[in-house]
Amino acid sequence: MTTTTATKQRYLGDNPRFLAGLFMSPAVLYIIALVGFPFVLAIIYAFTDISTGNPELEFVGWATFRRVLADPVFREALWNTFLFAVIANVMVVVLATALAEILVRDFKGKWLVRFLVLLPWVAPVSLATITWLWTLDSIFSPIDWVLRQLGLITENMYWLGQPGTAMTSVIAVQTWRIVPLAAVIVMAGLIAIPSDITDAVAVDGAGFWRRMFQVTIPLLAPIIAVAVLFGLILTISDMSVVYVLTRGGPTNSTQVLSTWAFIKGIEGGALAQGAAVALFLLPVLIAITAIVLRLARRREVM
Amino acid sequence: MAVVEVRGLRKEFGDVTAVDGVDLQSEEGEFLVLLGPSGCGKTTLLRMIAGLEQPTEGEIMLGGEDVSGLPPRARRIAMVFQSYALYPHMTVANNIAFPLKAQGMDPEERTKKVEWAAGLFGIERLLQRRPRQLSGGERQRVALARALVREPTVFLLDEPLSNLDAKLRAAARDDLMEFQRRIGITTIYVTHDQVEAMGMGDRIAVMNHGKVRQLGTPEEVYHHPADVFVAQFLGSPPMNLLETPTYVFGFRPEQFLPEGIAESEGTRVPFTFHVNRIEYLGSERYLYGYIREYDETRVIAMLPATVTLPIAIDQDHKFSVAKDQLRFFDFDDGHKIAQQTLMR
Repeated sequence: MTTTTATKQRYLGDNPRFLAGLFMSPAVLYIIALVGFPFVLAIIYAFTDISTGNPELEFVGWATFRRVLADPVFREALWNTFLFAVIANVMVVVLATALAEILVRDFKGKWLVRFLVLLPWVAPVSLATITWLWTLDSIFSPIDWVLRQLGLITENMYWLGQPGTAMTSVIAVQTWRIVPLAAVIVMAGLIAIPSDITDAVAVDGAGFWRRMFQVTIPLLAPIIAVAVLFGLILTISDMSVVYVLTRGGPTNSTQVLSTWAFIKGIEGGALAQGAAVALFLLPVLIAITAIVLRLARRREVM
Repeated sequence: MAVVEVRGLRKEFGDVTAVDGVDLQSEEGEFLVLLGPSGCGKTTLLRMIAGLEQPTEGEIMLGGEDVSGLPPRARRIAMVFQSYALYPHMTVANNIAFPLKAQGMDPEERTKKVEWAAGLFGIERLLQRRPRQLSGGERQRVALARALVREPTVFLLDEPLSNLDAKLRAAARDDLMEFQRRIGITTIYVTHDQVEAMGMGDRIAVMNHGKVRQLGTPEEVYHHPADVFVAQFLGSPPMNLLETPTYVFGFRPEQFLPEGIAESEGTRVPFTFHVNRIEYLGSERYLYGYIREYDETRVIAMLPATVTLPIAIDQDHKFSVAKDQLRFFDFDDGHKIAQQTLMR
C-alpha cells in the first residue's frame, strides 16, 4: 500500500492542478504585467491630479473627471468617437458580408483576391496608415491627381486639411483596415452554413436577394455580431489611424477619445486627465461586449 | 405529376466520374428507388435531376420538357434532404411558407396553403415552433410539408429516413408510403438501405460506379439479378456465388436447404455442405461453411426457425437447391446468362 502511494505521488507532473497552474502562468503573468497593472494604475491616476510636473499621488476624488467633462474638446471627441465607431462599423459589416460572399466562391485567381483582401490586416498599422497619409497628401495626393485628370476637380481636395473630408478620410481608412478581419470572420460563418440549407433554398425557388436577406444573413447574425464586437473595440480603443493621419485635427474635428487621452496625458503631461479620458469609455465597452455576446449566444447557427 | 427521364447522363468532378452514362425513365406516379453503396453516384444523379448539379453530358426531361440547363426553381420539383435542411431561424409556419413566398403568392392564399400542407402531415399544432424544438420525426414531417406545399410535379428524397432511429424509421416509412399513394406523385427516392428499397419501391434502380446495373421491381432485382454485383448487393446475407471454369453460378442462402426438408426432391441439385460455424439469431440460423467441390468459397445457408433439424459443426451435410433457383453469370463480365447444366 505504502509503495503504491509513494509511486503515485512521485512526480509533480502527474498532478493535474499543478500542471494547469504551470501552463497558465505565462498567460496570467503577461496579462497582469501588461494589462492588469497599467489598468489599475490608470484607475488610481484618474482619482488624483498627478501630472509629469507634479508626480505625487494626491487623491482629489471626482475632481479630475469633472474637469475633463467640462472641456469642450472632450465633448467633441466623445461625439466624434461615436460617429467614427458607428459609421465605420456599418460600412465594415456591409463590405465584409459582400466580400465574404465573394471569397467563398470558387473562381480563377481566388488566392490573389484573398491575399489582397487580407493585406490591410497583415500590414503593420502605422506603416499602412503612413501610406494613406501620402495618398491623401494635400499637394501630391494621387487621388487628387486622378480626379484632376478626369476633370472632376480643379484644385486639390486637402483631404486631411478640412473638417468634413478629414473625418471622412479617417473613417474610410479605419474601415479599410478592419474589413479584412470582419470578412474572414463572416466567411467562417458562411462556410459553417450546411450545404443542405443552401440547396434547399435553391430548390425552394429563392433567388439571390431572398437567399441573402431571408436565410444567409439571419443565419450569420451571431457571427456578424462577433465581427461588430471586434470592430467596435478596435475603433473605440485604437488610436493609431487617427493619430497618424490627423493627430485629431484640424482644430479637433477628428479628435476621438483615444487620441485625446494620449495627447492630453502623454504629450500634454496631464497624466490624471489622460487616465480619466481613457477610462471614460470603459463602462461603454463593457456594456457593448455584454450585449453583443448575449445576442450571439441567443441566436444559434444550427 | 410528370415523368422523369434522363438520357446519357454523365457527371465528372475533375478526374472522378460520379455518374457514367445513365439512361432512366420513371413511370407516372411511380415510387422509384435509386439504390447503391455510398459513392455509387445515386445522390449526384438525384441532384442533377433537381438542378443542383449541372451534368457534364446528357439530357434531363421532366414531363416531356428538356430542363437540362434550367435552375432548380424553374423545374417544379421538391426535394427533401437527409438533414431535412429546415431553416433554423424560422418558425415551422415560415419554413413551410418559404417556397410560396419565393413564388410571390399573396399572404392570404399562402396561409391557407400552409395550413393545408400542415394538415396533410398532422403538424398543425407545431406551426409556431422552431425546428430545434422538434423531434426527429416532427422535423421530417415539416420537411415533407415544405417540399409539398407548392404541389410539385416530381418529388425527390435523399435518404430522408437515415437520421431517424430504427423504431421511428418504420413508422416514417409507413407514413411516407401512405402519403405517396394518396397523392400519386412521381417520387424518386435515394437510399443505400436495401430493406427500405425493397419495401418501398415500385421499381428499384440498382447503381454502382456511376452506372445503373439493373432497373426492375423488387422481385426482379432480388430473384433475377442482372449481374453478380446486384446479386451480391441485395439480400442479407448476399447470394452465394461459386465459380466454375466457364461460368459463375449462385443461389440465395434461404434456398440452400438440408435434404429431407425441401419438397420435390427430383428437381433439386444436391451439394455436400461442410459446416464450420453456426450463428443462432432467433428467427433463423446462419450456417457458415463451404461446398466440397468449391473449397475456396465460403457459402452461407439460412435456415428459418421452423427448421429445427440439428446440424453438427465440422461435418459434411447433404444440402440441395431447387434447380430453378440457380442463377448463372458470365465468367468474364459477370452478366446474367441463360440456365446451364451444372458441370460436375
